[in-house]
Amino acid sequence: MTDLGAIAVGTVLTIPAVAAALLALLPDDRTTARLNVLATLMTFAAAAVLFVERPAPGRYLIVDDLNVVFIVLSTFVGVTTSVFSGSYIAHELETGRLTPAYLRFYHAMYQTLMFGMNLALLSNNVGLMWVAVELATLTTVLMVGIYRTPAALEAAWKYFLLGSVGIALALFGTILVYLAAHSVVGEGLDAMAWNVLVERAQAFDPALLNLSFVFLLLGYGTKVGLVPLHAWLPDAHAEGPTPISAVLSGLLLNVALFAVLRFKSIMSANPAALAPGPLMVALGLLSAMFAAFMLYRRHDIKRMFAYSSIEHMGIITFAFGMGGPLANFAGLLHMTMHSLTKSAIFFCVGHIAQVKGTQQMSEIRGLTVSHPVLGWSLALGVVAIVGLPPMGIFMSEFLIVTSTFARAPALAVLLGLSILVALGALLLRLNGLAFGEPLGSDRPATASFVPIFAHLGLVVVAGIWLPPVLVAWFQHVAALLS
Amino acid sequence: MDQLALDVAHLFAGGLVLVSFMLLYQDRMTGIVNTFALHALVVSLSVAWQAYIQHAPHLYITAAIALVVKAFVIPLALHQIIVRLGIHRTIEPVVGVGLTMLAGIGLVALSVMVMLPITATAGTLAREDLAFALSVVLLGLLMMISRRNAVSQVIGFMSIENGLILAATGAKGMPLVVEISVAFSILIALIVIGVFLFRIRERFETVDIHELHEYRGEQP
Repeated sequence: MTDLGAIAVGTVLTIPAVAAALLALLPDDRTTARLNVLATLMTFAAAAVLFVERPAPGRYLIVDDLNVVFIVLSTFVGVTTSVFSGSYIAHELETGRLTPAYLRFYHAMYQTLMFGMNLALLSNNVGLMWVAVELATLTTVLMVGIYRTPAALEAAWKYFLLGSVGIALALFGTILVYLAAHSVVGEGLDAMAWNVLVERAQAFDPALLNLSFVFLLLGYGTKVGLVPLHAWLPDAHAEGPTPISAVLSGLLLNVALFAVLRFKSIMSANPAALAPGPLMVALGLLSAMFAAFMLYRRHDIKRMFAYSSIEHMGIITFAFGMGGPLANFAGLLHMTMHSLTKSAIFFCVGHIAQVKGTQQMSEIRGLTVSHPVLGWSLALGVVAIVGLPPMGIFMSEFLIVTSTFARAPALAVLLGLSILVALGALLLRLNGLAFGEPLGSDRPATASFVPIFAHLGLVVVAGIWLPPVLVAWFQHVAALLS
Repeated sequence: MDQLALDVAHLFAGGLVLVSFMLLYQDRMTGIVNTFALHALVVSLSVAWQAYIQHAPHLYITAAIALVVKAFVIPLALHQIIVRLGIHRTIEPVVGVGLTMLAGIGLVALSVMVMLPITATAGTLAREDLAFALSVVLLGLLMMISRRNAVSQVIGFMSIENGLILAATGAKGMPLVVEISVAFSILIALIVIGVFLFRIRERFETVDIHELHEYRGEQP
């Protein structure tokens, strides 16, 4: 029955759109935060249906094995982040950092962002996907600047400029893909549809495809936060509201990476075209190494975890660049685990920064003593993110490094080194943050711990036992990608 | 295709590159905005001509959007902002004008050398249009990095969008989705920009990005 799938796809897109309009119109009180949670929850439920039932590919929208993983992950993190956002924003209203009018704007933008990301993931059209990614970028730009402090404005401006240059390069690449396709497929919508493009890619002009991939990798790579196009990322994470940092790291970077993967599969389908792998391996490795060393010099807690996101996106890009069933499997797993862990860390960090009234790490100390739950959750999150066993990230990093060792030992050594360097930096900082004599305010945090526990719980469970269904699913997708 | 039709198309596309160069050496705010209006006018003429020779009536919509929004509405709004903020004074480029122009010439040569060989199969029209479009995009990027001022960076970005429209219309039969999206994105971009300019005004009484840099989140 394809009807149910079609309804689910429609729901995944319409709920955020309607909720955005509703939240923009409704007067501001506590119910809006609940409505926000409700809308994301319904979107998640509809997305979960797609696992079972999926519609036939349409001209504009498609659900296939690859994007369903991304959609379910991103709607899930959307739900937990909206729960976290409820308690976070309530505190911001109390302290007067945000006014009720901005709250209304914030919630509307949150749903618009969800709509943009879902549309980008579901689109079967390179042009439509581009529009959706641009929409998601613009909403996050507005949210990063929402505090209107000089630093927030600087961050939003930088993000806006770099993001729009990236998106412009990506559009140029998209036009080149259409040019390569239209002499084979013919004019019109078919020449921009994913399923058609991948099917007929072997007949495309390889030179045009090569050039288009360079533009697309640089363009969407800016949004992934690959070095040397990463400059916007730490500022945007540090200066925006923390729920947005969580969504940026956990979801938006994945969406951009998803776009790169889609184009990579077009490239791989054409034997005469440049192999996309080495380019991605090079950029990924550069990002991982650069970010790992930059971690040592951070003073701002959110900025530090932003650099850690650059490092992990580098590792994931590296894994997909290496290709092959094992590396792709590890890349998918790592992406999922990183989304869950990093957003959990940002949930902790958001509450910590609110309680302590600062983001400077030198002014935060002894969290496990003053705020045991938050402190230990942060410690657990950091232990997970640096890739210590038995967490899920340990498993995926282990798979990436070992599978690389078998094929290119030198690269594996470099990657392993950057993982170790990052581990050292983060554990060093964690020691200062979590242990020792408490420093700063010790008033209790009005936090919602459910999202943190849900994410960290999933990461721990995934490290110990991955359900066979999930393994089979990831293996299937990984095989599709290679 | 008719030789004259091709020649006129190239005239407009080449004209757009020329206006991009003019943008590079403007040293007054009003001059930059007026030159951008000319840029938008040329792009709308070019798109209208493509609509005529490709018999693609939907492209006239794109041309009309470019003409109304980018050649009139946005420049007028920017003039308003400039008057209100009192920033008619000359603006200081990061690099000298001569050097910027030389770099621009280099970029045009680069895009011609990159695009012409690989688009041999794409048809004469698309081929040269793409080379010109890439030049306009690269010149827009150059403008964004060679100016410190927020308004000229925004104009640099919009000239990049013009280059993208040129490329999209040169690709024959490209579905409407993209044209509308480009126009749409510019509108959204303008909203963002408007919000930003006024917020920046509230905080700094200036739109010089250089002053924003003093508020970097982190000192080394």
